[in-house]
Amino acid sequence: MTAVDVLVIGGGPAGLESAYSLANNGYDVAVLEKEKNICGHLNQAHSLFPNFQNASEVRSAMIDKMTHPKISIHNDTEAIRIKRDIDKWGVETGSGKEFMAPALLLATGFKSFDPKYKEELGYGIYDNVITTTQFEAMCQKGSIVSPHGQKVKRIAFLNCVGSRDEKVGNHYCSRVCCINAVKQSIEAKKVLPEADIYCFYMDIRMAGQFYEELYRKSQEVYNVNYIRGRISEVSPTIDKRLHVKCEDTLSQTPMKITFDILVLMTGIEASLGTVALGQQLNISGEYNFAKSLSLHMADNYSSHKGLFLAGTCKRPLTLPEAVADARSAAGEIKNYLKTLKQ
Amino acid sequence: MTNWGFHIAKSRIIDMDTADLGVYRKVAAKVPSAKLCLMCGACTASCTARNHTPFNLRKNHLLFRHGQFKGLAKEFDKCMLCGKCRLVCPRGVNTRALIYNMRMALDNLNYTRIKK
Repeated sequence: MTAVDVLVIGGGPAGLESAYSLANNGYDVAVLEKEKNICGHLNQAHSLFPNFQNASEVRSAMIDKMTHPKISIHNDTEAIRIKRDIDKWGVETGSGKEFMAPALLLATGFKSFDPKYKEELGYGIYDNVITTTQFEAMCQKGSIVSPHGQKVKRIAFLNCVGSRDEKVGNHYCSRVCCINAVKQSIEAKKVLPEADIYCFYMDIRMAGQFYEELYRKSQEVYNVNYIRGRISEVSPTIDKRLHVKCEDTLSQTPMKITFDILVLMTGIEASLGTVALGQQLNISGEYNFAKSLSLHMADNYSSHKGLFLAGTCKRPLTLPEAVADARSAAGEIKNYLKTLKQ
Repeated sequence: MTNWGFHIAKSRIIDMDTADLGVYRKVAAKVPSAKLCLMCGACTASCTARNHTPFNLRKNHLLFRHGQFKGLAKEFDKCMLCGKCRLVCPRGVNTRALIYNMRMALDNLNYTRIKK
């Protein structure tokens, strides 16, 4: 049994930032991370929008913060069962460990939509249909190659895969994929200046500081082509490239075009941990994201006393938003712990 | 030959693999602001010629981008180069220069104009 002041479930950017903020305020914090490494989805990022900061810089800064003496990180530790004692939260982990604290922070994050459910897009059927995560890994290696060894002349990015799609049950917009598609288009052009980059979209949603400017830059400097229309069908050509069909809705004409690589901008869904713990705690909201007490007034609170929420377990957020939300959660937890002492 | 009243409809699909996309690149090199077009349609909405003809700058610019030149020269000839569209463009596209350069490019491709 480990007793601390605050238990953080999830060692992604939100969990870590809250832990650091709380530790700086003198509280003992334990972070439970189910994976081998902390930093969550940031481990799969090469560069970050909108300024192309190297993700490894942000990762090492986060890992440095975790050397704080008040923080204990528990890797390979998945929270399985959560119970509420009178004034304490108890967490049992998959490895049989037990933790206890007066305040519990849920920062269990998101998972990417599995595009194999959109069979018409050919993911899992054709090797050169890849996800945005796989493309990010290519950028990290600095070589964008077709699995069939052809020279990559054309790359397509398709937005809203698993977002704004009633067929897969996700009516919402994942918010980050548009910005990420624009960022990755520019990355692609940096690696392959001769390649033609196409971006298929229903709406380009670039809400936020510097994002619209990034979109403009992609058109002005990097000659990225934007086609308004959703790809309806992908089929292979005889030389194993991808034949793509869509409607160019702005000219109201059907269109066909061949690509070497198709990148699917997969949407954000509640992670398995978010779903499981949310249901266990009875705080699951729409689409199984964790539901906060009040969106406008108490967004880090849940309906349980001493249970707080931070980051993308609540809804899709960009990295700066998730980290800012984590800091605000830390502030709320600090206030809560003070009231307990009184 | 007997006319049976049937004919084969030509494909309406824009085939980007066979389209000549280089023409647009040349125009965009001369009028770099063309690349900034957001397809908002403000140009078309403000167009003087649009009041009396089906001329649609936004759509025709897009078709030109995609190398679909058929019928475009006649369309662009409806423009009087008054420049109202340039006043309303939110991205500052030099629409007048764009139309003029698209016309010139089509001239070089020997597409039929309304008048010479």
